[in-house]
Amino acid sequence: MTGKSKRLAVFAVIAAMLSGGVFLIMSALQDNIVLFFTPSELTPEKMTARQLRIGGLVEEGSVQIDGLQARFSITDSAAVVSVLYTGALPDLFREGQGIIAQGKFENNIFRAENVLAKHDETYMPREVAESLKEQGVWKGDSSK
Amino acid sequence: MIAELSHFALFVALIASCCQAILPLYGSLAKREPRAAWLMASADMFTIIAGFTVLFAFSGLVWSFISSDFSVALVTNHSHSAKPLIYKISGTWGNHEGSLLLWIVILVLFSMGLSLSKQQMHSVLKARVLAVQGIVTTAFLAFSLFTSNPFTRLDPAPLDGRGLNPILQDIGLAMHPPMLYLGYVGLSMAFAFAVAGLIDGRVDKDWARVMRPWVSAAWCALTLGIALGSWWAYYELGWGGWWFWDPVENASLMPWLAATALLHSSLVVEKTGQLKSWTILLAIIAFSLSLVGTFIVRSGLLTSVHSFASDPARGVFILGILLVAIGIPLALFAWRGPQLVSLKQTQLISREAGLIANNFLLTAATLIVLIGTFYPLALEVATGARITVGPPYFDATFTPVMSVLVVCMAIGPLLVWRSGITPSARTTLAAACIGASLASLAGLSLVNGLSAAAIAGLGLAGWLGISVISDLLFRIKPFRPGARLQRLKLISGPVWGMWVAHFGMVIFLIGALGEGLFQTEVITRAKPGDTIMLAGQEAKFTGVEARRGPNYQTETAVIDLFENGRQMTTLYPEKRFYPAARQTTTEAAIRTRLSGDHYIVLGDGDAEKGYTLRLYHKPLVSFIWLGTIFMALGGGIAILRRRPALKKTVEPA
Repeated sequence: MTGKSKRLAVFAVIAAMLSGGVFLIMSALQDNIVLFFTPSELTPEKMTARQLRIGGLVEEGSVQIDGLQARFSITDSAAVVSVLYTGALPDLFREGQGIIAQGKFENNIFRAENVLAKHDETYMPREVAESLKEQGVWKGDSSK
Repeated sequence: MIAELSHFALFVALIASCCQAILPLYGSLAKREPRAAWLMASADMFTIIAGFTVLFAFSGLVWSFISSDFSVALVTNHSHSAKPLIYKISGTWGNHEGSLLLWIVILVLFSMGLSLSKQQMHSVLKARVLAVQGIVTTAFLAFSLFTSNPFTRLDPAPLDGRGLNPILQDIGLAMHPPMLYLGYVGLSMAFAFAVAGLIDGRVDKDWARVMRPWVSAAWCALTLGIALGSWWAYYELGWGGWWFWDPVENASLMPWLAATALLHSSLVVEKTGQLKSWTILLAIIAFSLSLVGTFIVRSGLLTSVHSFASDPARGVFILGILLVAIGIPLALFAWRGPQLVSLKQTQLISREAGLIANNFLLTAATLIVLIGTFYPLALEVATGARITVGPPYFDATFTPVMSVLVVCMAIGPLLVWRSGITPSARTTLAAACIGASLASLAGLSLVNGLSAAAIAGLGLAGWLGISVISDLLFRIKPFRPGARLQRLKLISGPVWGMWVAHFGMVIFLIGALGEGLFQTEVITRAKPGDTIMLAGQEAKFTGVEARRGPNYQTETAVIDLFENGRQMTTLYPEKRFYPAARQTTTEAAIRTRLSGDHYIVLGDGDAEKGYTLRLYHKPLVSFIWLGTIFMALGGGIAILRRRPALKKTVEPA
């Protein structure tokens, strides 16, 4: 092999490895992304996902706690999702608070594996704040 | 008064760093300039002036925080007179403006360090490196002064401050940003060396020799900074984990991976003069990732507890700095890079080849983290869909790549420069194979139903651990009589550093595997008087009492931990309410032992219905941070015990 064709071969091998690697990374990514929706964005098709995140406000008067089990509803004022969660709720979980729940749907009830409410009283998860603004429900300052 | 003086000092620093950026560079480029030598030497003077004025300004800000001067807006917004002194001080950098100033302080400290160091280096190179540091300093001083002035006054001054976020009132978090910044900013030195090298294309073994200690120092600080952050998240957030693949964590991991690659590739440049253009590219990438780490995160682009502010003017400024810091060096690289490519052949079985494999894997790991972190952002901009990428993605991509890297970490040190293997390589690898099998078997016999990945993980720890120890023994030969001390002295600092750092990786793996594979978690609703079983031990829940801290009130659970009927300790997990900030935080109670931690978190509830309690037993979890300390220690040994360069004239001919 001459120097030039050798360099070409090396370049081809590197390019093949790089594109193969990026392909593997992207396919791993496609399998593991978790989509975020507000209750009104949900469709029956979207509810079949293995994992998703639902964000909104905890509906007033919806929280029932029984031992470790909590039932409550997430609302964006246009639609409501019933949530069932077993485990410890975050400090700032309360009615009217903006939260994000991660989990999956079973029989139209959202079984949350994780409930996030950030540590700041005035804090609103960014996704929740944006979608609530779109709905015109909430006009606070998301940077706080 | 102090605030105005400090503000003025920052302007003086801006002018000095402007001069530091321009004059030495002009002196080093202008061929017919009679005062070229003087201009280049002036870099030292301007570096010192900029350094001391920035330090003065920073001290002024710290003083405003200590004395609770609420006429300074920043103090009002981020401090409170009832806060303990240490958190008044750390409050200085617990916000955007102050943390930016801290960033600049560390930048000028590094410049001054180079200016005053006794390192032997070419005067032209030194002038240019300081000039590039001056450019970076100027950009950030302008950023601070024109968009994020820390010394803005309030009139009238309020009676008291609005407090610092209570979860930031913590010793781990007081130390975490300075340490992390020391690492981020330290990489600016690598960047400055890369750009200086690109200006004249003189990148050689000597260039790498001078640069390497700075990269090592930055790498050590970055390692410790990330570890401190992870330790803080472990005990403070109360989620029981130590790494969450949060965008902010990823943002610090990327420069670390790139810096680790740089540390290894610059070794190749120093020893053989190969990989020059790649090393330069890596230095630029590492510093760019540091900038991304500090500023994209802080600008609030990525959702996180860490983001401070989202002011569009700041965002634009940051983006501008990023574009210039990445764009110009890359343009320079496109122009000079091809001249730096060395055409020497590399043998497949050689130390160089091993280090190339290291760089390949670390670059792949960086790319994986980069894609996982920024893909959600890109997708949201492109389609509006909001997604998160969680641990499963990183488990599927990052972990396999790092596993291959650990396999290579055992082999690399057994390879010889240019070509071949060390005489003891075969024995060492055989021993490592036995170590791997024993570790896997031990895991299998201890725990039922281990996954294949877990068995492989244990095997990797055994493989690397035995290979490091065996390599060390073969080189020192402690059992062969005669001149033992002589043999010890023959081994250079960087080799010791490598052993210690690589062994740190083994300790880290033991911790990560122990915590990941053998942890026990119990979530329960308990009433006072209940006893909870946790990994063979009994936790007796006595009740919850109200207590008072310096600036908070608590609900404190009292839990006695028993083993075989003998009381081991009493743990007090609590919820704290900070009236000044009107916030509640959860404080986990942790009993730390080398063999493992007991970790208890108090949830909501009352005496009637019981309290939610989360209890964990985490075997060997301390090894995670112990391992990172070893890694940093290894880096430190490599810097401090370097052999001095061979005596030769380094002044230009």
